[in-house]
Amino acid sequence: MRRSTLRVVQVGMLFAIFGLWQLLSQPGLLPPIVWDNPDRAAFFFGEPVKIFKAIWVWFSEGVIYKHLWVTLQETVLAFVIGSVLGLAVGLWLGLSPNASALFDPYITAMNAMPRVVLAPIFMVWFGLGIWSKVALGVTLVFFIVFFNVYQGVKEVSPVVLNNTVMLGANRKQLLRYVYLPSATSWVFSSLHTAVGMAFVGAVVGEYLGSASGIGYLIQQAEGAFDINTVFAGILVLTAFALVLDIAVTKAEKRLLVWRPTQSETEQL
Amino acid sequence: MTSAVEFDRITCTFAAPGAAGPSYTAVKDATMAVADGEFVSVVGPTGCGKSTLLNVAAGLLKPTSGAIRIFGEPLAGINRRAGYMFQSEALMPWRSALANVTAGLQFRGVEAGEARRQGEDWLARVGLAGFGDRYPHQLSGGMRKRTALAQMLILDPKILLMDEPFSALDIQTRQMMENELLELWSANRKSVIFITHDLEEAISLSDRVVVLSAGPGTHPIGDFAIDLPRPRDVQEIRLSPRFIELHDRIWHSMKEEVLKGYAQTKNRMAKA
Repeated sequence: MRRSTLRVVQVGMLFAIFGLWQLLSQPGLLPPIVWDNPDRAAFFFGEPVKIFKAIWVWFSEGVIYKHLWVTLQETVLAFVIGSVLGLAVGLWLGLSPNASALFDPYITAMNAMPRVVLAPIFMVWFGLGIWSKVALGVTLVFFIVFFNVYQGVKEVSPVVLNNTVMLGANRKQLLRYVYLPSATSWVFSSLHTAVGMAFVGAVVGEYLGSASGIGYLIQQAEGAFDINTVFAGILVLTAFALVLDIAVTKAEKRLLVWRPTQSETEQL
Repeated sequence: MTSAVEFDRITCTFAAPGAAGPSYTAVKDATMAVADGEFVSVVGPTGCGKSTLLNVAAGLLKPTSGAIRIFGEPLAGINRRAGYMFQSEALMPWRSALANVTAGLQFRGVEAGEARRQGEDWLARVGLAGFGDRYPHQLSGGMRKRTALAQMLILDPKILLMDEPFSALDIQTRQMMENELLELWSANRKSVIFITHDLEEAISLSDRVVVLSAGPGTHPIGDFAIDLPRPRDVQEIRLSPRFIELHDRIWHSMKEEVLKGYAQTKNRMAKA
């Protein structure tokens, strides 16, 4: 299929999905066997027209920007702090067999634990502001980056390492000029997952207790059984995640110029 | 005169992986010397422990027993007077060609502008002027080898250790690189230990060819002076009668070992 045709069909599908959704949620359209009350469909599934109206109100009145900004801050902070910690600990444990042997069971246990249950503890520690959400995001991002770096350090080519040693690098220079760039490339290969996890941490944290952010908007609407606003929040979140993902792809392309590209397989 | 590199009854034994099985003696009682400014090739059947000897000379591997002396002094730690060119890819993939070439200078604390000037100069000398900003994956196999050569030579080592450096290249590129290596070497004679399994390559490049026995327990079993005139062209010299005569003599002494090595590899494959 040609690229332009593909786009047209994709957009057409989007309209078809929302159109069908709107149609099926009309009161009285479906036979009463499905719903005993004709307004139930709209109550449970919302109506796209009202959803988009809610989104329009958010953006035209400007109430949404404050919440988007809070969620973005939480995501970025969680990503940066989690990545730096993951990189540092990953390098340390990767280069020190003793430390890695010592901490191995603890790392495994912490990674196996469903970290979302930590959210209430973080609320107590860091309050309802952004930092409890950042903390939750950090615990999610940390392990992704950590495992990638740890693996990356162990898989640095021994030939490149020996060559660098023969060129006169001391231990510190090896760390800075071989291990760190090599580990950083592993961080970037996990970038999409890590940013996604930071976002999940932020939104779940907001949902569980906060005074601002997209997760908070969704939670508020849900409390009022306002299903249209809940869906509006979900759509805004999806769009936001898409924008983040595109930004990550751009950053990745710029930072990993030295990597052989798999452009043929990627571009479809 | 003291030798540049002197192996004195070097033995290298490796513990079997998993610690249970028998240990493996790759090199046993190997004694040989390379004079200052001499180009020595070491040939032997595949898998006989040639690289082990080279790693010992580089200081990357400590021999189980025996002594290694560099210009008369026993070697402790990494051999700072040697440059090493590896068989497989050894460039840092995240650095451009120029940054790879100047890496050694950077490690020695040479000022960036000066390092850059020398790096550009060396890139030009190996025929890569204008390719400095390319990353290794953007270069061809031959160009990567040239970069590795410049990376090694920029530090002006007294000893060059080369482990089948051109074995991955196609024959034309390879002969071109051999000629260039000879040219660079003759301008500033260094001691070279050149490992190869290709006897023709060994004869056409060297002053001396050392033949190793099949492993395990590899040691030199033959030592042949190559009295072909220099400067040489590796393509042309292969046709000279003296070359063919030398090739015959050395091949004759190698043949048995090669067959032994081949039989061992076959046995190992059959067992596996």
